[in-house]
Amino acid sequence: MDPMAAIRETFFQECEEQLAELEAGLILMESGTAEAETVNAVFRAVHSIKGGAGIFALDALVRFAHVFETALDQVRSGTLAAGAAVLNLLLRAADVLADLVRAARENGTVDEARTAALVVEFTQISNLGHEPPLTPKPAPKALAPAPAWLISFTPASALYAKANETALLLRELRRLGPIEVALDATHLPELSELDPEGAYLTWNITLEADCTEQAIRNVFEFVEDDCQLNITCATPAEPALKPGDVITGDNGFSFEFFPPPVFDDEEASAAPKAEPEHHEPPPALTAKQNPVEAMAAKAESAAAVSATIRVDLDRVDRMIDLVGELVINEAMLSQRVLEAGIARASGVAMALEELEHLTREIQDSVMAIRAQPVRSVFQRMPRLVREVAAQTGKQARLVTEGEGTEVDKTVIERIADPLTHMIRNAIDHGLESPEKRLAAGKPAEGIVRLSALHRSGRIVLEVADDGAGINRARVKEKALENGLIAPDAALTDDEIDNLIFLPGFSTASTVSDISGRGVGMDVVRQSVVALGGRISISSRPGLGSTFTLSLPLTLAVLDGMVVSARGHTLIIPLGAIVETLKPKAADVFPLDGEINVIRLRGGYVPMVDVAASLGYCDEFVEPDQSVALLVEGEGGVRAVLLVDAIHGQRQVVIKSLEANYRAVPGIAAATVMGDGRVALILDVDAVVKTTRSELSRPELSLAEAR
Amino acid sequence: MGKSANSGINTRELIAFRVGRQEFCINVMAVREIRGWTAATALPRAPRYVRGVINLRGAVLPIVELAVRLGLPSNEPSARNVIIVVQIAHQQIGLLVDAVSDILTANDANIQPTPDVSSDLVKTFVKGLLPVDGRMISLISLDHVLPQGELEAA
Repeated sequence: MDPMAAIRETFFQECEEQLAELEAGLILMESGTAEAETVNAVFRAVHSIKGGAGIFALDALVRFAHVFETALDQVRSGTLAAGAAVLNLLLRAADVLADLVRAARENGTVDEARTAALVVEFTQISNLGHEPPLTPKPAPKALAPAPAWLISFTPASALYAKANETALLLRELRRLGPIEVALDATHLPELSELDPEGAYLTWNITLEADCTEQAIRNVFEFVEDDCQLNITCATPAEPALKPGDVITGDNGFSFEFFPPPVFDDEEASAAPKAEPEHHEPPPALTAKQNPVEAMAAKAESAAAVSATIRVDLDRVDRMIDLVGELVINEAMLSQRVLEAGIARASGVAMALEELEHLTREIQDSVMAIRAQPVRSVFQRMPRLVREVAAQTGKQARLVTEGEGTEVDKTVIERIADPLTHMIRNAIDHGLESPEKRLAAGKPAEGIVRLSALHRSGRIVLEVADDGAGINRARVKEKALENGLIAPDAALTDDEIDNLIFLPGFSTASTVSDISGRGVGMDVVRQSVVALGGRISISSRPGLGSTFTLSLPLTLAVLDGMVVSARGHTLIIPLGAIVETLKPKAADVFPLDGEINVIRLRGGYVPMVDVAASLGYCDEFVEPDQSVALLVEGEGGVRAVLLVDAIHGQRQVVIKSLEANYRAVPGIAAATVMGDGRVALILDVDAVVKTTRSELSRPELSLAEAR
Repeated sequence: MGKSANSGINTRELIAFRVGRQEFCINVMAVREIRGWTAATALPRAPRYVRGVINLRGAVLPIVELAVRLGLPSNEPSARNVIIVVQIAHQQIGLLVDAVSDILTANDANIQPTPDVSSDLVKTFVKGLLPVDGRMISLISLDHVLPQGELEAA
C-alpha cells in the first residue's frame, strides 16, 4: 500500500545482512585473522545502516551508529588500536546496534541506559587514542545535559547554485542531536532589489549534542566553501572548541544552474520546522555524503556476493506444496499404469519412469531452494555467549564450525531455541569459573565449540565445552533425590549422563536466570524430539561434555516404511526403525495380562501391537502371525512394533492433520499415498510410551472409538 | 433460542441436502465444493461421527458423517453419497450426506423457530425450520460439528 513501507522493509532486511556482516567481521578481527578489508567491511556495514537510518529519520539509531562508526573509523585509520578491550566494546556495540535496529523495526524500546553507557565507553576509548591510557573520565559526564552548540549558517548563492539544499543540511545536523532552528531574514531586501539568484538568509541553530566541533563541520563539509559557518559552544566543556571560529567561503557566482525563484521563500518557511518531509530529492542530487557513500558501499557489497534474488517465502512454500502434489500424482499415475497391465518395457512405462526421475529431481531442487546454511542461527550465538559469560562471571569463547551446512528453512527456524539452551547450559553448567580453570591447569577462557555437519541424511549439531564434564556422582545423587531412578539401579556412565534429560532434573544448586529451573534439558529434548530429532550427551570428566543433536534435514518429506495393520496402511518413520524381524512364538513371553516381551539377543523388549494400541481393534494379533519392527524412541527406549505386513520403503510428503482437524495421539502426521488415499504416519515415541506408562493405557481403549 | 443467530441478513441462499429421511440446509456461503464419496482413512480414537480423512488435492480433509453427528442411524457410504466440503473458521471439513437436493432462497420471515424440545442435539444444531413445498427442512449450524472441547475430552 505504502511504497515507503516497502522500502523501509527492504532497509531492515539489508540491516540484518549488514549486522551479520558486522558481527562476522568483528569476530574475524577478534580472532586476529582480519585483513585490512575486514575492517573496511565492518565500517561499511555500520555506515550503511547509519545512512539508511537517516533516510527514515530513525534518530536514535543514527546517533548510535554515528558514535560506533567514529570509533571504527579510528580503528581503520590506525589511531585506535584494536586490542581486546576495544574489540569487546565493538562487539557489544554491535549487539546494541542490532537491538536498536530491531527496536526501530518493531517500534519497540531499547535499554537506553545500556546504549548511553556504551556511548560513554566509546568517548573514553576514542580519547584513549590521544590521552594516556587507563585514565577513564568520570562516567557521569555523558549523562549530564549535552553541551549546546550555537551554529550560525549563512549560505552564499554559490551553495544553491551547486544544487545544495539547506533543509537537508539541517536535517543532517539533527542527527547529531536535537536542534532548534531560527531563521534570520533581516538581510532580505525589498522585492524590487532582490536578486533572484542571490542568497540572503541566515540560520541560527542551537544543537544539543555531545559531539566534537569536527562532527558538526563534517555536516557542512561539502558546502564549507560556499557559506559562512560560525560554530560556538555554549557550555565550555570541550577544550577543543575554538570560540568565534569563522570560515568564510569564496563567494563565487553561479554560472551553471539557476535555483528556482521560489526556492528561498520555500526554504524560509520550511527550514524553521526543519522537517520538510515532502522534500525527498533523489540522493544523487543532494550533496549529503551519507546516502551516496551508503549506495557506493552497497554496490560494493553487492558485487562481493554471488547473484541472489529475494523471494517471498510464501511463493516457495506454495511451490513446494505443488511439487509435493506432483509427486503424489506421478505415483498415482504409475500405479494406474501398473494396474492397466501395461508391460514394463513398453513406451508408456519407460516414459513414466523418465517422468519419475524428473519429478524427483524437481522435488530435490525445490527443497534446495529452501535449504539454508545454519550460519544465520550460528551468528546469533556469539552474542549469547558474551552475554551469558558476562552474567555468570565466566570467560567463554565460541568457536563455530560448519556454518555452511545447509538444512531446510523450517528446521533452521526451530533449532535456534534448543541451541540457545544448550549453549547457555554449556557455559552456565559446563564451564568452570576462571579461577577453577586456572587451578586445573586450563586457560582461564573456556571454549564452547558449536559445529554442524551432515551425517547419513541428517544434520548433526554439536555443542561441546571444555569444562569439567558431568559430575556423575552428583547427577546420580540428584536423580535419586528426585526419585527419578531406583536406589539400586545399576547405570552405565552414559546412562547417568543422559539422566539430565529427564523432566525435573537440574544439578545447579542455585536456580539462576540463565538456566537451571529444572526444566532446561528436558524442554530441549522435547522440542528436539518434536522435530523428529534426537539429543544425547557424552562427557569426559575434566575434559568437558558434548551435546549431540541430530535432526532430519527437512520437515516436509520423510523416509518411511509402509506397513499395514488390520487393513490400515501406516507409515513408520525409517529413522526410528532399528531392524525388522519375524518373531517366533517361543521367544514371546507374557509380562502381564496385556504386555508381552520378546527375547532379543539376550534382552527382553516389550512388544506393542500397533493396531491395538491405536484402537483399531480389540484383540491382539498372534506374534508369530505378524512382522516385528524393532524401533528406538526418544532417549533410546526400545520396543518391538507388531504389524501385519511390510510393504516397502518410500519417501512421503508430510501433511498436517492439525490444519483441518486436530492432533491425534499416536499419529505424527498424515501423507497421501500413490493411490490418492491418506495414510497416517505413526508417532513412534507415543506408541512406545504406551508400553511404559500404565496410566495412559486404559484411555487408549475403544470406549470412544467406534 | 429459535431465532437464527445471523438474522442480520434478510435473504440468503441455502443448500439443502438429505440425510436419511430428513432434509437439512446450511448457508451456501460456507460451502467450498461438493464431491463424490471416496474411501476415507480411519483415524485412531476418533469420535464415531468422524469417518476418517481423505485427500483433497493434497490437503488432509476430515470427514464427518452428519447422520451420526445428528444422532441418526449410520449407513455404510456408497458411491451415491456426497461430501460437502465446508469452511468453518480456518478449517475445512467434509460433511458426508446422502444427497444434495436443492438450493433455496430464504429470508428470516420464512424461517420458523425450532420448537422447544429437550434434545441436546437439536438445541446444538438446529437453528430454525423451513417449510418448502410441504417438506420440512432444518437449518443447521456448523459451528459445533467438530467441537474442539468435546474432542479433547474424548
